[in-house]
Amino acid sequence: MKRLAGWMLASPATLAITFLLVIPVAITVGLSFGSPGQGDWGIVQPYADFFASGFRRNVLWRTFTVAGWVTVISLAAGLATAYVVARCPPWMKSTLIVLAVFPLLTGVVVRSFAWLVLLGREGMVNQVLQATGLTDGPVAMLYTQGAVIVAMVYIFVPLMVLVLVGVLENIPEDLLQASSSLGAGPVAGFFQITLPLAVPGLIVGAVLVFTASFTSYATPHLLGGTRQMMMGTFLQQRALVAFDWPGAAVVAAIMLAVIVATVLVMTRVARRLNPMAT
Amino acid sequence: MATRIHPLLILFTVLVYVFLLGPLIIIFGASLSDTTYLTFPPQGLSFRWFQNIWDISAFRRTIVTSLQMAFLGTGIALIVGIPAAYALNRYRVTLPGWLSTLFVLPILVPEIVIGFSLLRSVTVQAGVPVWYALLIGHTLLVIPYVIRVVSASLASFDFSIEEAAISLGSPPARTFFTIVLPNIRSGVIAAFILSFITSINDVSVSLFLTGPGVSTLPIQLLAHMEQFFDPTIASVSVVLMLLTILVMIIVERTLGLAIVAK
Repeated sequence: MKRLAGWMLASPATLAITFLLVIPVAITVGLSFGSPGQGDWGIVQPYADFFASGFRRNVLWRTFTVAGWVTVISLAAGLATAYVVARCPPWMKSTLIVLAVFPLLTGVVVRSFAWLVLLGREGMVNQVLQATGLTDGPVAMLYTQGAVIVAMVYIFVPLMVLVLVGVLENIPEDLLQASSSLGAGPVAGFFQITLPLAVPGLIVGAVLVFTASFTSYATPHLLGGTRQMMMGTFLQQRALVAFDWPGAAVVAAIMLAVIVATVLVMTRVARRLNPMAT
Repeated sequence: MATRIHPLLILFTVLVYVFLLGPLIIIFGASLSDTTYLTFPPQGLSFRWFQNIWDISAFRRTIVTSLQMAFLGTGIALIVGIPAAYALNRYRVTLPGWLSTLFVLPILVPEIVIGFSLLRSVTVQAGVPVWYALLIGHTLLVIPYVIRVVSASLASFDFSIEEAAISLGSPPARTFFTIVLPNIRSGVIAAFILSFITSINDVSVSLFLTGPGVSTLPIQLLAHMEQFFDPTIASVSVVLMLLTILVMIIVERTLGLAIVAK
């Protein structure tokens, strides 16, 4: 009876996700494989084709590079900022948190657009560079890898700050007090107490940012264009411009594999590195 | 906390916040420019680009579609998600463990992959009209947020209150509405706001599910940016930011912003 009630209440969501997400995505993955008799590689022929193309390998590699840089920079900037925010007096802390939530709630399109304005030929950055005499003429900054990375860091730093403030606040205060009463300075306290205890949280933040930037579309589309194509923009181009469904399915399946592998591996690592776990 | 923070670290934090907020302030400025191109600081002062939002019919249409998707998608997600969250908490022992994993799949699977898969299966193969396919996409997108936020609030709900009401003769369905729901009200409101914002800002799922005549505001913004570089985009952005500020004020007044930060 109880079993039945539980299932009945959970069934609409279960059915919706099964039929509208699991099955369609499974069909996409199925579509990414070839037929057994084709080519040298049989059913994985489409993947062999993907990796045989220098252009596609480049897109995949660029996506890894950009997502990697974005994760590392956001992690460093986010940790330093969160460290200060977590130690502020309460009224200031809540103000700083609100100021980080605001960009987070503003859409990705709006926030990427801001960098389109800033980095353009006539944009603020070029104006400042020329006014200070650092460059003679306008520098082409749009549609470079740097522009994509800067804009994505901009998108993901607020998320990282909020995640890490939560992590740092959960570290018991008396541990730091104990360490300082035993003679450890703030630097030693940070590296020997705070940082090791924050590692699982840092991994959570890193996984969030890496997976989101690996699969993002709007930012690389606006600031990278076709010259800095990443997996997301490439998937859109294959599916909606070239109408190459099997090609798009291969891109989608590779993205899915990278994300699932990242999440699974990093959850394991986080569990192993957690000094609080026994 | 009493520990002193190194001044350089404070300076760095200030710079991070300038980096975070500066570009948004520049959009505010650029939207007021009287020029036909985007510039900052604004030259002249004019609200005509705000007027322009309403004059361009594509914006008018997509704003309506975006609101429909956000309200209906979130509404359906609440109707489907609240019972699921309730079942997960109330009948945890009788339900299999993989169920809660299934419920987070729409967050785990990349949005852009969901969008592409829905386009293939729902729009092309099943022939579902564009508007309904878009609604399906937006609903799926926010279901995990509803289940997670409502679950968090049910986790601190004392189910013995509900049992007391039932043992006193209140029918289970009525008990849910008179006892359980009022107790998790703040969780439901938080879930609504989080889902609404996620839906209204979505690009990757909508990208594949919009079609002739049916599009959402972010997709229309992307399309407009490819053709024009006038301050209209900046003024739409400002309207969206003002809307965000309004939502934040409402949340602050009713629930406290700590809920969103989680």
